[in-house]
Amino acid sequence: MRSERTPVSTPRRGRALRARPGRPPWILVLPALVGAAFLVLPLAGLLVRAPWSTMADRVTEPEVLAALWLSLSTATAATVLSLLLGVPLAWLLARTDFPGRRLVRALVTVPLVIPPVVGGVALLLVLGRNGILGRYLDAWFGITIPFTPAAVVLAQMFVAMPFLVISVEGALRGADRRYEEAAATLGASRVTVFTRVTLPLVLPGIGAGAVLCWARALGEFGATITFAGNFPGTTQTMPLAVYVAMQHDPEAAIVLSLVLLLVCLAVLATLRERWTNA
Amino acid sequence: MAPTDDLPDASGPVLDARLRLNRGDFALDVDLRVRSGEILALLGPNGAGKSSALRALAGLVPLTGGHVRVDGRDETATPVERRPVGMVFQDYLLFPHMSALDNVAFGPRCQGLPRSRARERAAELLAHMDLSAHVRSRPRHLSGGQAQRVALARALAVRPRLLLLDEPMAALDASTRIDVRARLRRLLEEFDGATVLVTHDPLDAMVLADRVAVIESGGMVQQGPPAEVARRPRTAYVARLVGLNLFRGTAEGTTVTLEAAGPGSPGGPARVEAHEAHHGPALVAFPPRAVALYPRCPHGSPRNVWRLRVEGIERFGDQVRVHLSGRPSLAADISPAALAELGLARGDEVWAGVKAAEVECYPG
Repeated sequence: MRSERTPVSTPRRGRALRARPGRPPWILVLPALVGAAFLVLPLAGLLVRAPWSTMADRVTEPEVLAALWLSLSTATAATVLSLLLGVPLAWLLARTDFPGRRLVRALVTVPLVIPPVVGGVALLLVLGRNGILGRYLDAWFGITIPFTPAAVVLAQMFVAMPFLVISVEGALRGADRRYEEAAATLGASRVTVFTRVTLPLVLPGIGAGAVLCWARALGEFGATITFAGNFPGTTQTMPLAVYVAMQHDPEAAIVLSLVLLLVCLAVLATLRERWTNA
Repeated sequence: MAPTDDLPDASGPVLDARLRLNRGDFALDVDLRVRSGEILALLGPNGAGKSSALRALAGLVPLTGGHVRVDGRDETATPVERRPVGMVFQDYLLFPHMSALDNVAFGPRCQGLPRSRARERAAELLAHMDLSAHVRSRPRHLSGGQAQRVALARALAVRPRLLLLDEPMAALDASTRIDVRARLRRLLEEFDGATVLVTHDPLDAMVLADRVAVIESGGMVQQGPPAEVARRPRTAYVARLVGLNLFRGTAEGTTVTLEAAGPGSPGGPARVEAHEAHHGPALVAFPPRAVALYPRCPHGSPRNVWRLRVEGIERFGDQVRVHLSGRPSLAADISPAALAELGLARGDEVWAGVKAAEVECYPG
């Protein structure tokens, strides 16, 4: 096999004479194809092995619907809460200069790199019934967080919010700050500048961050099972249900996985369309 | 609005500023005074500090020293959003997610006007600027000239006492500039506060401003009415901008002995005859088109004649600009026909003559 370019000095009849960039080198193409196959084939396998004949019945089983509803509602709640806390945090990191800002930034991104199960343990130590804060919540307000749907949301926020913060901070840093100056010369306070100028300008970045955050929250497993447990109906989200089903009924696991996959793709496709048209 | 003379404050300048800025190796130190209704242009090369001066007036960069007073009130420490200032930015910076109307209404809204009143004021301003058809348009659908007027309306909507314009013409393409410039001048004339605009284009400064202040490397080197600056430049930069040959020398009556261009130049220093008599340090200026070129030493009317060498020849509008070196080194604009007749080439020697009546001489 010859990989060098064909000489152009002897053009063949019927061939347009034009400079071509040449073939992409196989040393890049081969690994790229293997990589793409590696990412796509397992999903294809899921489709091939799915029990299509009983699909309709299995999908509408109450446990499946309960897990799906719990997953969607907690992931959405975690995303909304992450937006409320994460966007101001990103603003603080991108637009102000306080002592220790770099340290805070590094600490905020720690949940990105630590194993989620460690995050779950940490949450338990702080917010558990005997935790540093949890014991007061219990004693003063009678609130116990662990092993409730609220714990699911908190576990998801812990692992997913950093994606949002990083994404929004990047968008803020990339935004043209002169628009904010223009708003200031027009008499806008910093809050007004933020809500009426900065926020609309970085909306695409916030949207991308929210999708990342939501997808990460939907797939959350380690922190959830550690901090919130695995109780069907209250804390068993789709990923947990898939894992449990895998132990005794692999076909059910496949069905659950497919449902999760389709929901994710549907949401991402809708949002993508909305943004690219905006 | 005519200033009322019975008020003691009305006679003072609207803007009285001393701007001192130090940032790294850059230092700015200029004094600015602008009267009510006056338009001051800060003219200077890129990096001279004129944009920094404007940003300091707006409060976008803090001063290292000096003061900013508007209508006699000290605004030096006032935060940007509370200064009585309206600013038109380079590239206009209209908020892309708002209509033209909402862009203009933004300032009044921030000042606490109810939405309907703010929109009313914005609509009036836009109508005044012939933009009624574009109130609903997003900024990206506006032409350069329209965007400029929306930006001006937005700046004026906050009823400022000080209007700042940063390179208002830079974002426009050459074909529309003449119209837009004339229109901007008319709109600026209606503003009764003080206007400071920054430009690197001498034509903008001459057309738009009542007074031009030239800023070079952080300091003001010259200021005066545009015609005065254009006729009597004080630095090589200004002379180049307004297209004049400029020399520094010592006047004895109508004869000015020029400073030697470089050490060790052979022969005596060059002399220039002017039509005005002065004594002491003087500047001498004349336009390149006043220079005539001769193959042999001319006899007759021109009183200034020098033998010079051709350094370069370039096209300049419908004329040809000939750069000549010697004592003094100068530029001459001649017609292509004259060039052909003289048969000049680089390195040739030629006689250059200027009538004394064409030579401006003023204290240096």
